[in-house]
Amino acid sequence: MAEPIPASLDAEALRQQLEQFARSEGIRQWDLGASCSTNTSVQVDRGEPKQMKGSQRSAITVRVWNDDGLVGITSTSDLSEAGLARALEGAREASAFGNPDPAETPAFSPLATAPLPPLEQPRGETLSILTLLDTLKQAERELLERHQAIGTVPYNGLSQSSSERIYLNSAGACRHQPLTSASLYLYARAEEAGRKPRSSGAVRLAYSADQLDVAGCISEAAERTIAHLDYAPITTGHYTCVFSPEAFLDLIGAFSSMFNARSVLDGLSLSRRESLGETIAVPFLSIHDNGLHPGNIGAGTFDGEGTPTARLALVDGGVLQHFLHSEATARALGVAPTGHAGMGSKVSVGPDWFEIGATPGSGGGEAGLDRFTASGHSAAEGRGLVVIDSLSALHAGVKSSQGSFSLPFDGWLIQDGQQRSIEAATVAGDIRHVLRGIVGFEGTPKVTHEGLCPWVWVEGLSITGDS
Amino acid sequence: MVVSATASIASSAGDLQNPLWRNRLEALLSQGRAAGADLVEVFLERTDHLGVLAEQERITSVSPAFGMGAGIRVFLDGLDGFVSTNDLSDSGLVLALEQALGMLGLRCSSSAGISGSASSLFQGLPELRDFGVTKYDWLQRCPRLDESTGRLLEGTALLERHGSHLQARRGTYSRDWQEVLVAASDGTFARDIRLHQSLGLSVLAADGEHRASLGRRYGTTDRPDDLRQWDAEASAQDVCASAGTMLYADYVEAGQFPVVLANRFGGVIFHEACGHLLETTQVERGTTPFADMVGQSIAHEAVTAIDEGLSGGAFGSLSMDDEGMEPQRTVLIENGVLLRFLSDRAGELRTGHSRTGSGRRQSHAFAAASRMRNTFIAAGPHTPGDLIASVDRGLYCKSMGGGSVGPTGQFNFAVEEGYLIENGSLTRPVKGATLIGEAREVMPRISMCANDLELAAGYCGSVSGSIFVTVGQPHIKVDTITVGGR
Repeated sequence: MAEPIPASLDAEALRQQLEQFARSEGIRQWDLGASCSTNTSVQVDRGEPKQMKGSQRSAITVRVWNDDGLVGITSTSDLSEAGLARALEGAREASAFGNPDPAETPAFSPLATAPLPPLEQPRGETLSILTLLDTLKQAERELLERHQAIGTVPYNGLSQSSSERIYLNSAGACRHQPLTSASLYLYARAEEAGRKPRSSGAVRLAYSADQLDVAGCISEAAERTIAHLDYAPITTGHYTCVFSPEAFLDLIGAFSSMFNARSVLDGLSLSRRESLGETIAVPFLSIHDNGLHPGNIGAGTFDGEGTPTARLALVDGGVLQHFLHSEATARALGVAPTGHAGMGSKVSVGPDWFEIGATPGSGGGEAGLDRFTASGHSAAEGRGLVVIDSLSALHAGVKSSQGSFSLPFDGWLIQDGQQRSIEAATVAGDIRHVLRGIVGFEGTPKVTHEGLCPWVWVEGLSITGDS
Repeated sequence: MVVSATASIASSAGDLQNPLWRNRLEALLSQGRAAGADLVEVFLERTDHLGVLAEQERITSVSPAFGMGAGIRVFLDGLDGFVSTNDLSDSGLVLALEQALGMLGLRCSSSAGISGSASSLFQGLPELRDFGVTKYDWLQRCPRLDESTGRLLEGTALLERHGSHLQARRGTYSRDWQEVLVAASDGTFARDIRLHQSLGLSVLAADGEHRASLGRRYGTTDRPDDLRQWDAEASAQDVCASAGTMLYADYVEAGQFPVVLANRFGGVIFHEACGHLLETTQVERGTTPFADMVGQSIAHEAVTAIDEGLSGGAFGSLSMDDEGMEPQRTVLIENGVLLRFLSDRAGELRTGHSRTGSGRRQSHAFAAASRMRNTFIAAGPHTPGDLIASVDRGLYCKSMGGGSVGPTGQFNFAVEEGYLIENGSLTRPVKGATLIGEAREVMPRISMCANDLELAAGYCGSVSGSIFVTVGQPHIKVDTITVGGR
């Protein structure tokens, strides 16, 4: 069969062409972000291929600054000469409607030509789609064999991708990053006679499909699914909760506008300009953003403005330390860009990969956890302890500008030494209270595809159940 | 050319009205059939998008985008392979076809390019069914940038006039123009032009520790003048009134209550709780509890539910679906009895449920799947007041946020604006509520439907990407549901 041909971007050809078009249009300042990728993926259903997909994609975004210094932008998937010319023309037209506020008008990042950090990213082999299919069929078969109640794996997929991205600007910046990656997800559905179906799963990422931890993914999906088979409703009330690393990372990610300078400047964040230096959490909490962590498969070495990716302390010792920045927000607040920008006429800002854990030397809340131990796990003997394995519907149940959340979750109630899965329930609270209500961390921080985090104990969260 | 693979993948958009496409498509379909495929489908699209953001008194983002691409799907013995590409050159399309065929263990007899010779297995395409013939000028008739930015600024100014304690005011406008051409070896050959426009107003109100963020979104299809006709005054008043009410609202107490859901976007409960489970995509996965229940009661007899793509101007309406079929009016549930599922080409092939013109996809990068269009619960005999009066203690959900349904049928959705019902009357506003449940349990509890059916625009994300839909319902009463809160 015809295998996908790894695409590549010719940065120098792009530059020459844009310079030529810009000259002819009288455009003196421009920049460009481009990407192309090839991807293949498979899904299976009870031993048969369900869907096999392939794609070749390309995209560019062009920004131009007009004579008044206003910025316009246009994006396209048409990388032909005609497409580039039209994009440049569209960006110039849009620049007439650029934001006239100099503080909000993007400029080139002063770090767009700074050295990039070294990053070990092995480029993996591209496997044939039939090999991917065989691998996934085998994984599905093994997962189905783990427990008689597991009847299907309705959500599954194995994909691999080869991609490149480029950032260029008219001041000579030229960034280029090739990358390969692969992902596997397995979500099983289990059902026992007379009982409701239960579902859970696992995800793995790697630089290539042959490096994926398939066995680990199968085991985790099986264990998590089986662990939810014996379920019961929970009584509505307030509980001490233990968040899994994945669940706590999801929660922090949903409220990342607390650390986002763009949201701060727009008045959409719980934080204000003056919030830096304020205590927002228990004194042993540390949160860093570190896109360069080796566990962050697919890390970018530069952001949408060409600024190098870097590790940044957001919270240390419970104190808000820094915000995530683009060039414009950094300029507005008098600091350096942090490498978290997208690309636009209004540049978005976002986190890369969180490292959450104990502030060095703080003990990580051992005293808090000891309190539970010393009292003979009083919580577990009374109302019980709720373990939150995974959160759902974050797009609907989080009000990031208000700080509130109300989210369905899968988890267990630990009571009187017994652990039992919880039937449909939600956990609700306020992120500010969560950060101040952390009792302690348990276990070694775990590397997940979203970040690094230990198990996190939090007191006093509202749980709504069916009981 | 600025992008290269071993060979170039750069491409030229071409014009889907160009009659030369017929020969190119016939050659592709012919090659696919000659290679042994049961069916080959090619989906071509061109897009033109504009996004505008206004904040306070300024336009802060104007984001035009345009693109093109093709999705090629090959079926063999009930299985399919799908490849998408931005490269619409002959070599790019042939490569995509070869990859799709290869996924099914098939090979093109010639890979030299599109030869134009038809095989005996494919007799050529019929006359084009052109649903776009009256729509050529739609893009030109849409508001120009100065007009659209002006209207948005009018909206944010009206928010300032009608609101109080507003920390942030936003207006968004999105215009999506799409030209599609679908050809398949079963004789499908159809073209359409779609135009979707949506407008949103949102505010963040803050007073000390009290905060409320609220928004409304309006959307239509196939109406170039929609932005010009937008009643900005009414929209701003609506948003500000709700924000003002919710700013000082207490958090709702968790528990199980009767709930009255308002009309319009209240229909998201049916969309999430039941609609997704009536797509053949879910039947294929084995994730719907209703798979074998056609002809059986799955809901209260007060419930009749419909999905269609026909309502004039509605966000989910279509002249043809993304597989070239005209949309139907599909009665899903009638008086509580399940009548049929929404089905696409693959769904028909794999589940036996006949197609309903519901094959939809976000773009060429997705294979079509059975998806909802305009989905609503039909009007009933009661007034909204009857429903509220029937509740001693419960929750009135005036405005809903988003929601989702999980692989076991559990659904959840956020209540954006809620009020307590006490002794048959609305009393205090409450916030932070989430409704959770399971479709099979909740549908029989929808016991009353009012007579005020209305639709509301929304976006639905699922297996074939994010698509334009409407949800809708009259006011309905759910006898009991779990309300997550504080």
